Amino acid sequence: MSRNLILGAALSSLVVLAALVSFLWTPFDHAAMNIPDKLRPPGGANLLGTDHFGRDIASMIMVGARTSIAVALVAVGIGMTLGVPLGLTAAARKGSWLDEVIMRGNDLVFAFPSLVIAILITAVFGPGAVNAIIAIGIFNIPVFARITRGAALSLWEREFILAARVAGKGAARISAEHILPNVANLLIVQGTIQFSLGILAEAGLSYVGLGAQPPTPSWGRMLADAQTMVSFAPHMALIPGVAIIVTVLGLNLLGDGLRDWLDPRIRVART
Amino acid sequence: MLRYALKRLLSLCLSLIVASVVIFAVIEVAPGDPAAFMLGVNAQPDTLAALRAELGLDVPKLQRYLAWVGGMLSGDFGTSYTYRTPVAQMIADRLWVSLPLALYALALSTAIAFPAGIYAAARRGQPGDMAVMGATQLGVAVPNFWFAMMLVLIFAINLRWFGAGGFPGWDKGLWPGIHALTLPAIALALPQAAILARVMRSSLLDILGEDFMRTARAKGLTRRQALWRHGLRNALIPVLTIIGLQFSFLLAGSIIIEQVFFLPGLGRLIFQAISSRDLIVVESVVMLLVFAVISVNFLVDLAYAAVDPRLRART
Repeated sequence: MSRNLILGAALSSLVVLAALVSFLWTPFDHAAMNIPDKLRPPGGANLLGTDHFGRDIASMIMVGARTSIAVALVAVGIGMTLGVPLGLTAAARKGSWLDEVIMRGNDLVFAFPSLVIAILITAVFGPGAVNAIIAIGIFNIPVFARITRGAALSLWEREFILAARVAGKGAARISAEHILPNVANLLIVQGTIQFSLGILAEAGLSYVGLGAQPPTPSWGRMLADAQTMVSFAPHMALIPGVAIIVTVLGLNLLGDGLRDWLDPRIRVART
Repeated sequence: MLRYALKRLLSLCLSLIVASVVIFAVIEVAPGDPAAFMLGVNAQPDTLAALRAELGLDVPKLQRYLAWVGGMLSGDFGTSYTYRTPVAQMIADRLWVSLPLALYALALSTAIAFPAGIYAAARRGQPGDMAVMGATQLGVAVPNFWFAMMLVLIFAINLRWFGAGGFPGWDKGLWPGIHALTLPAIALALPQAAILARVMRSSLLDILGEDFMRTARAKGLTRRQALWRHGLRNALIPVLTIIGLQFSFLLAGSIIIEQVFFLPGLGRLIFQAISSRDLIVVESVVMLLVFAVISVNFLVDLAYAAVDPRLRART
């Protein structure tokens, strides 16, 4: 196991753990306002300080991790459940009109500036976590479709697939029983990368007020609140930012580490 | 080449048509009638009907779609519901902030990424390479709007080298404008530079393993000479593609960065229009951004095909 894998796994599990623990325990009630104690710097009773309403920042970060993880995870789920079957179908019917339609559709979604469309969707259908998930999830579909198709195409040339065809299995069964298990590693690695991009996208959307709505805490929202106070309470901006960076960095390192560990030949699309 | 260009042009037009239909449809199903929003809840039915007629909301959807697309083709983007001014004029004013910002950031990103990528590739596996790669790993994890806030905190509030936001306008001269766009451009550029540096490095490393590089060394060039004369030129092709793609990230990313710096660009226009349900402005700005991105991708594809004939044969 590489250093990347260990560091990435450690950082990612730290964040997931914080989110899970927040269901049972947080240092303070994350929504409780306590004006006399507002804008406390880190240290003291409030480990990471308090915000402009006197809310405990450490508790908000822990509960906010739930929002980030939930939005990004479901968005990756949408991308996989729709993208993988599309990719498998396109590969199984390579060169057919179906393949052409799927790939052209992919190119089209890729050509859209994802952030702009996410803003359009959340603006029109109302801000909120669910619409943010859909907006981020849509752009995960072509990523998974393309990477699945690419990997599946080379598998279709292999002897063991030929053997399965000779044994009388149809394209759908071969895709499910032989192709899918062989692209699973690749999907896990790409999923990790998309997960980290989803965390960043969710933070951006909730920063501009289009993600999870108050009182649900989210890291992007906390940064938006911090903006006008950055000159006299820099910790309010610093801490959520570090939380985002730790999460995204952890997931990226985990993705890189998993790729090297599972299969050094895999190359994953980035950006 | 001409055949390839025509084929790509056809798919460009198709993409734009589909994009316009999608955007129009999304706006169309949006809950809330702009006319009702403008007049408030106590509006009389006949005033409402009159305003709907004035805004052109009472004609069938297909006709409205065609009028919208037809108008855009002739440079008429309609009239803003809220401000009653031509949308084209509003967009043009804001574009003078957003476009220079995106280009400025693109230039910075390239200027940082090229030396960093080349340096890392030339010292593969050594401490210098590890440091650059570590920095890029961090760079892709930083949300640009948070980085922007940190830049404001350090360079505007503490050091007072820059203003914390706002834009003086180009009529105040070139320098004040550039000065005001510097922090936003850095905030936009650094995360993109991290990605670009990684691409530059891996592209160079691929090239360094090629036979012609060994030949260059065999004929007596030093490592450095071979890298500069033969390696760099060949490694640039994938890098240029990424630069083209980054333009769209920068243009879209500027929407959020403009919020941090209170810049009067397209991003602020979109958010203002969204909050006042000025849907025709939202529609047109989004379409314009999609158009910019799709056409840049198209130009990159063409440039790529012009350089590398193998790509033309593939489609």
